[in-house]
Amino acid sequence: MAEPTSDFAIDATGVARRFGTRWVLRGVTLQVRSGETVGLLGSNGSGKSTLLRILATLLRPNAGSASIYGHDIVRAPDEVRARIGFLAHEPGLYEDLTAEENLRFAATMLGSQGAGTAATEINAALARVGLTHAARERVRGFSAGMARRLAVARLLLGRPQLLLLDEPYSNLDAEGIAMMSGVITEIVQRGGAALVVLHELAPAAGILSRTLTLRDGRA
Amino acid sequence: MAFADDWRRVRAIAWKDLTTERRSKAGFNGVVALGVTILMLFGFALGPDTQAIRDAAAGALWLAALFAAVLAFNRSYQVELESGALDPLLLYPGSRWAIFSGKLLANLSFVGLMLVIVVLVGIVLFQVTIPAAWPALIGVLVLGAIGICTLGTFYASMASRSRAREVLLPLLLFPMLVPALLAAMQASKALLGGDLMHEADAWIKLLIAYDVIFLIATHLAFEHVIEA
Repeated sequence: MAEPTSDFAIDATGVARRFGTRWVLRGVTLQVRSGETVGLLGSNGSGKSTLLRILATLLRPNAGSASIYGHDIVRAPDEVRARIGFLAHEPGLYEDLTAEENLRFAATMLGSQGAGTAATEINAALARVGLTHAARERVRGFSAGMARRLAVARLLLGRPQLLLLDEPYSNLDAEGIAMMSGVITEIVQRGGAALVVLHELAPAAGILSRTLTLRDGRA
Repeated sequence: MAFADDWRRVRAIAWKDLTTERRSKAGFNGVVALGVTILMLFGFALGPDTQAIRDAAAGALWLAALFAAVLAFNRSYQVELESGALDPLLLYPGSRWAIFSGKLLANLSFVGLMLVIVVLVGIVLFQVTIPAAWPALIGVLVLGAIGICTLGTFYASMASRSRAREVLLPLLLFPMLVPALLAAMQASKALLGGDLMHEADAWIKLLIAYDVIFLIATHLAFEHVIEA
């Protein structure tokens, strides 16, 4: 993967988005540098998840611009997608596949070369999130916390530089919360960055560089 | 290298869709049951006239297959929508056509299997004599299935973001399928009747042209349909 072409992991200016006639974001300006973990706070409907989805290239802004490591989210979405790890509120797993099969599918889609390499990466990711014992179980039987852990394992397979996480601590027990903080810290310490949507500050308090609050669609 | 990666993705998506479908079972059983039921209803509607039943066999078979296939197309994006897996799918690197091709391949396998069962039931139910040109008839079945699945998979992706997708899909799909359906029905009817007037060739050519045009067009347009 090419080196970042900007000091800013995220550089967004005046990002706005509306759904129908309702403006959810009204011009958000935000910069996140490499090595930073930024907590994104705000009440329900303040536009946190919408901002994250725009930065992840899943939604287009109606106004403003944003780039990830210097790559414009609208003009160069493939470059952006190659650098981010996005964790949505829903884990986005296939319930009739096992944990291992879900990760094998993700590894293939990510372009992992060779079955041996993929298997090693999958085993390492499962071990990292504490799901080795459940590798061959179907996701349908997983608790919400286990599904969240598996979604984190999938995220690790992509070796992201920038984490965009939407309430990553929800449904996790104390051990899971520590695991999640550990994963975020590892990636940020390797020169990455993280933008974390939080409902409560407490679980992530120890790892945040700073916080940002969205009110009425503005930062 | 990029094409090899995309081809790996095509196979992975097809494998994933077919595996989830095989394990959930409900989808395939429902689709086949619907196809067979429609075929039987046509049989009842046509009455006891054996010749009338034979004449209508090709049309009844293709309509039964089409109605049942719509159920399969609706399901093809349902798994992603229900579990929120569409977002991760769109965030993977690689060409968007790989997602479409993977889903098309899975739908073709699924609908192809359903078609085999419906055809076998139709042969018994409508007392159809298997023609000498049966390889050509199989060719028509394959070409018809490709046409139906190509547009079905495409419009299912378009309708998938709508709340009224179950209604929207047939409304979008059926008018566009008229040429393919007409060609498949007429070619099948001609072949089942021995093709004395050599009509089948022209209909098969139309079917091939339809498939080629829409295979290219849908692969090119898919990216614009699936992006938010």
